[in-house]
Amino acid sequence: MSIVLVFLLVVALIAGWWLSRQGLTSKPWLETGEIRTTAGVGAAPAAKIGLGVFLAVVGGLFALFGSAVTMRMDYADWYQLRLPSVVWINTAILVLSSAVLQIAVSAARRGESALLLASVAAGGLSTLAFLVGQLLAWRWLVDSGQSLAAHPGASFFYVITGLHGLHILGGLVALARTGGRLRRGNDPRRARLGVELCAIYWHFLLIVWLGMLALLLGWASDLVALCRELL
Amino acid sequence: MANVSDRPDAGIPPAEVPDLPLPHPHTWWGRYVFSQDAKYIAIQYSGTAIAIGLVGLVLSWLMRLQLGFPGIFDFITPEAYYQFITMHGMIMVIYLLTAIFLGGFGNYLIPLMVGARDMVFPFVNMLSYWIYLLAVLVLVASFFVPGGPTGAGWTLYPPQAILSGTPGGQGAGIILMLVSLILFIIGFTMGGLNYVVTVLQARTRGMTLMRMPLTVWGIFTATVMALLAFPALFVACVMMLFDRLLGTSFFMPALVELGETLSYGGGSPIVFQHLFWFFGHPEVYIVALPAFGIVSDLISVHARKNIFGYRMMVWAIVIIGALSFIVWAHHMYVSGMHPYFGFFFATTTLIIAVPTAIKVYNWVLTLWKGDIHLTLPMLFAIAFIVTFANGGLTGLFLGNVVVDVPLSDTMFVVAHFHMVMGVAPILVIFGAIYHWYPKMTGRMLNEAMGQIHFWVTFIGAYAIFFPMHYVGLVGVPRRYPEIDASFITTPVAGLNAFISVAALVVGAAQVLFLFNLLWSLRAGRAAGPNPWRACSLEWQTPDTPPVHGNWGKDLPVVYRWAYDYSVPGAPEDFIAQNDPGPRIEKDVPL
Repeated sequence: MSIVLVFLLVVALIAGWWLSRQGLTSKPWLETGEIRTTAGVGAAPAAKIGLGVFLAVVGGLFALFGSAVTMRMDYADWYQLRLPSVVWINTAILVLSSAVLQIAVSAARRGESALLLASVAAGGLSTLAFLVGQLLAWRWLVDSGQSLAAHPGASFFYVITGLHGLHILGGLVALARTGGRLRRGNDPRRARLGVELCAIYWHFLLIVWLGMLALLLGWASDLVALCRELL
Repeated sequence: MANVSDRPDAGIPPAEVPDLPLPHPHTWWGRYVFSQDAKYIAIQYSGTAIAIGLVGLVLSWLMRLQLGFPGIFDFITPEAYYQFITMHGMIMVIYLLTAIFLGGFGNYLIPLMVGARDMVFPFVNMLSYWIYLLAVLVLVASFFVPGGPTGAGWTLYPPQAILSGTPGGQGAGIILMLVSLILFIIGFTMGGLNYVVTVLQARTRGMTLMRMPLTVWGIFTATVMALLAFPALFVACVMMLFDRLLGTSFFMPALVELGETLSYGGGSPIVFQHLFWFFGHPEVYIVALPAFGIVSDLISVHARKNIFGYRMMVWAIVIIGALSFIVWAHHMYVSGMHPYFGFFFATTTLIIAVPTAIKVYNWVLTLWKGDIHLTLPMLFAIAFIVTFANGGLTGLFLGNVVVDVPLSDTMFVVAHFHMVMGVAPILVIFGAIYHWYPKMTGRMLNEAMGQIHFWVTFIGAYAIFFPMHYVGLVGVPRRYPEIDASFITTPVAGLNAFISVAALVVGAAQVLFLFNLLWSLRAGRAAGPNPWRACSLEWQTPDTPPVHGNWGKDLPVVYRWAYDYSVPGAPEDFIAQNDPGPRIEKDVPL
């Protein structure tokens, strides 16, 4: 469970840092009167904070899968998953779509609506390409004798990529709605916020993907072993 | 020295918090059924939770009938008994307690108590309820499939949970259970995001975190915990569903069943236990923290005294929330673990008793020299403190490895967790309903019926669970469907029968409570806007029950904390949070 504990430690540090700025040592029973502070986490829109909290939940979910993988790895029947090269192409595509959405964010800030629309569309299409690529990877795995129940490494690969893909699909729905809003152009502020939130979500899912890949390929085992030594 | 600001100007600008766009329903369906108003969603959540809770109650009756009078009821086969246990546990812990505290009280109280018009994402909030309802329906459906619901025990431990020897293991029972849990978690996450972000971003002006009522602190912290803990159950359920349906071996070791070698191999049931209890232990506090918060408010209001040690209460809530994530393996002492791990988890378990004890002392000190009104909410609150202390003390027994090992799997454990997370939070739920029902409906609940309900429930709960500790100490195992006189001594058999009768009586008292809820809707005494003369914001709404948007034209402005009771020199014995009030020098030494 070390991965999820480390993840929770990070969440706790962020929460603790935030709480430390909330006047938790004040004495409310003495401090009567108006307090002219704006409530909330700065002036960030609720949707952004909501996304932040949601990412903590999703992060916890995948950290738990990470923990499950490392625990299951210790058993005798674990052997290394072999992955097709299409996985690397997929990874590159996901990096690309993440970058393209970042371009969209800066285009939105500068008010370049043509570039904004183009980059949102490119981001969506490249992400679809990523999902198709993942399906190809599944196909390759089945063909190479690593079907779902063949060995635990493969089982984890299907489950984790499946859930990751579902999260990406959800993101694509949000991106499509943002794209629609951009095209109609009747609520530019909300559309801009939407682009920004999508970009954050994409970066996050990219990091999750890289982490999961490293774990499933066994690269993270060395790190885990090191941590165990330290503990 | 006191830090008192001048009386603010008369013309206060409207709250600085931007009003969120409120969806305004135009149809009857939009207003009452597919409502996006947190207050309606709260009532929907509570109604559904109580309805499924009644099923859980009946299941507990059936179990007790079998335990108290073994061999008499033919229809309670061992398989049926296991199904009753499993569904009773799962329904009570998840579909009743979690749903009613967070979905019910969270939805009703958070916006009102922090001075918001509604939750920040009303549509997602509505979806949360409907997915919860779907989860409940899927759960109920498992009673009607061939083979019936799962009988794996509420912990659903593999490998037995998905094998043919367990009721529902090879039927649809376990599948529906897992699907229902997955749905519940998805629905809860939607609601939970709302509760957290509403507390973070939608507090009205002047409502600093340290001015929030402890109810909001409890629900807020519990929601954060639930958002981080439920994914562990989600992961466990998804993986077990794969094991059951698609033949993977995440949790399933190599097995021979009825002489036949199964296709599983190499999996680890212990991995499931880690995941389950990584959710399961925080779950105890997900239920307890809202109860802690609510009971703090009930005691303060009905003792007409500010809560003792507010700051420490807040810190204790946060510290308990954090610590509860590093104690999970104390549920796994008998699964076999490295002694140092056992030592670590026993230590963290005992450490968590420190902030919990601080809370208990603070409640008692709030009562000390208070102007105690023995109203129904107060009776339930005091009953909670006693019960929680009792259940907590037996927790100290079970938290220690050497004591836990012999007591594990006996009725002692059953008595312990029912006291601490069954009876205690339920008492708070009752107290809270008696307390806030006047705000929700504009009418008081009937006092006489309430008194009967309280005394029967309180004394009855002790009649059930006190003897059960003894039954456990003499070694009666839990989970055995038939314990007749050939297995236990006659006095213990007598106690078992006594417990069963008490359980039937306590259950019957809950019917009276439900009748009271309905009867008082029409016939209850009119309550007025603030019958308990309470300070917190929900009692200061312009309408009772609060209407859509809660606050009329302008959001309230908060000038003080939620506990200004019996302030010397004040004209009344309470000063509302949104009352700029007379300037009172609180020149008290620190």
